[in-house]
Amino acid sequence: MLNYEIVVIGGGPAGLAAAIEAKKNGAKEILVLERDLELGGILQQCIHNGFGLHVFKEELTGPEYAERFIQELKDMGIEYKLDTMVLEVSDEKMITAMNREEGILNIRAKAVILSMGCRERTRGAIRIPGTRPAGVMTAGTAQRFVNMEGYMTGKRVLILGSGDIGLIMARRLTLEGAEVLGVSELMPFSGGLNRNIVQCLEDFDIPLYLQHTVVDIEGKDRVEAVTIAKVDERYKPIKGTEKRFECDTLLLSVGLIPENELSKSAGIELDNITAGPRVNEAMETSVEGIFACGNVVHVHDLVDWVTEESRKAGKNAARYVSGELKNTASKISVQGVNGVRYVVPQEIRPENLRGKTEFMMRVDAVYQNVKLVAKSGEEILKSVKRRHVAPGEMENLVLDFGEMDPKSIKNLTIELVQEEGA
Amino acid sequence: MDKKEMICIVCPVGCHMEVVKDGTSEDGYKVSGNQCLRGKVYGIKEMSNPTRVLTTTVKITEGKLPRLPVTTKGAIPKGLMTEAMEAINKVEVKAPVKVGKVILKNLLNTGVDVVATRSMDRDSRYQSQKVS
Repeated sequence: MLNYEIVVIGGGPAGLAAAIEAKKNGAKEILVLERDLELGGILQQCIHNGFGLHVFKEELTGPEYAERFIQELKDMGIEYKLDTMVLEVSDEKMITAMNREEGILNIRAKAVILSMGCRERTRGAIRIPGTRPAGVMTAGTAQRFVNMEGYMTGKRVLILGSGDIGLIMARRLTLEGAEVLGVSELMPFSGGLNRNIVQCLEDFDIPLYLQHTVVDIEGKDRVEAVTIAKVDERYKPIKGTEKRFECDTLLLSVGLIPENELSKSAGIELDNITAGPRVNEAMETSVEGIFACGNVVHVHDLVDWVTEESRKAGKNAARYVSGELKNTASKISVQGVNGVRYVVPQEIRPENLRGKTEFMMRVDAVYQNVKLVAKSGEEILKSVKRRHVAPGEMENLVLDFGEMDPKSIKNLTIELVQEEGA
Repeated sequence: MDKKEMICIVCPVGCHMEVVKDGTSEDGYKVSGNQCLRGKVYGIKEMSNPTRVLTTTVKITEGKLPRLPVTTKGAIPKGLMTEAMEAINKVEVKAPVKVGKVILKNLLNTGVDVVATRSMDRDSRYQSQKVS
């Protein structure tokens, strides 16, 4: 039996930031468990730039961003185990893990930080008709093949889904000599960041087919052709609008799902919308002493926000271990309404709020000239203007509870209000 | 082109900007919709001389992975992308490599170097050949 104050599950950007921050806040025995052969998580395959503008005030590539945290973690002497798979986490904070050198490991932790990230939705998750040849893969799989393992994934490529990884891979494969025939998006707008639409599609004249989906895949051993069709407002394909592309590869960039098998094994309550653990202002889950951060909680579009959220989790895990974090009976729910799909954290304990608290949220559609309005009961706490909001761009709102009497805070809602005369 | 609507790509905020040719202004253009100075600089540049940072990989031997990620240490003209890829693809490096190491100097005479974006140790499979 091994004993640690804090065990961090997952050594990607969330786990690294959480472990470092926990150490900075006084936690001594910290262990990071990582299943891959190196730390850094998905950042190691995200070789494009655009990371770190908020955290480091400079533009870094994924591996550079990861390396700074890995170096800091090592410099601080934080322990980690690579090539180690966590099999189970119990609600008593007992962790079962295994690796080739040590076999089965039983670890007891005072606090656990869940930072397992997310995984990509696959063909099976969206039920695409057609044959089942090789050449249909997720965009992230292709990214790892091309950027880390040195395999080219195809010569003529069609991409389904305009999420960021799909857009990034459209550019990457084009630069590597493949012909990217187009990107098909089910929704009337792209789910990716604007910068990626501009830099990855427009720069290379790759067409974006909005309101289109794949209706057929042909090929026996390898993909030979993919057919897309326009969809109606109920997302049903419209007959007669089919376009057939001869290609050898179909990449899927159709969403990410927080990876919560371990959260479930610990009996943690999950949110229906985010598919991640419901958390409070301390990034603590429904099980006391188990914290969660990063893409396992909700899918972020910027790693900088993952870092910020994870620092919060790490700091609070350290406070929990030292007995500073108050678990109080009064809990207040935070809800997204009228156009706000979800808000993280989903719950706050007013007694633990110290001054400014950040809320992260996503809207349900593209809106122009709106206000994000936060209310405590009927009282408006804050209202901020937004010229443009979209589901692909996470919004945040900082509320200052510094002056407020904790007892006066009622159930919080955050909503969108259309600006008058806009 | 006297006027262009564009989405700023300097940072992920993605401001919706309008760049209008304006002889009376000092920079020759009037930029609106940007939230920071970098947006203005980008807007003018997109109109006059668009540039991009290029990230890709090069072959690496004796590392634990066969590819090493690299980036141009600064933006290069957008029109040079294909040529730049051809030049970078000719480079081959050997582990160990430290992050920031110059992989290719003065890419296509742009004055911009290509550097490694991660460190990669020599893989243990090759350790026996190491001169101590």
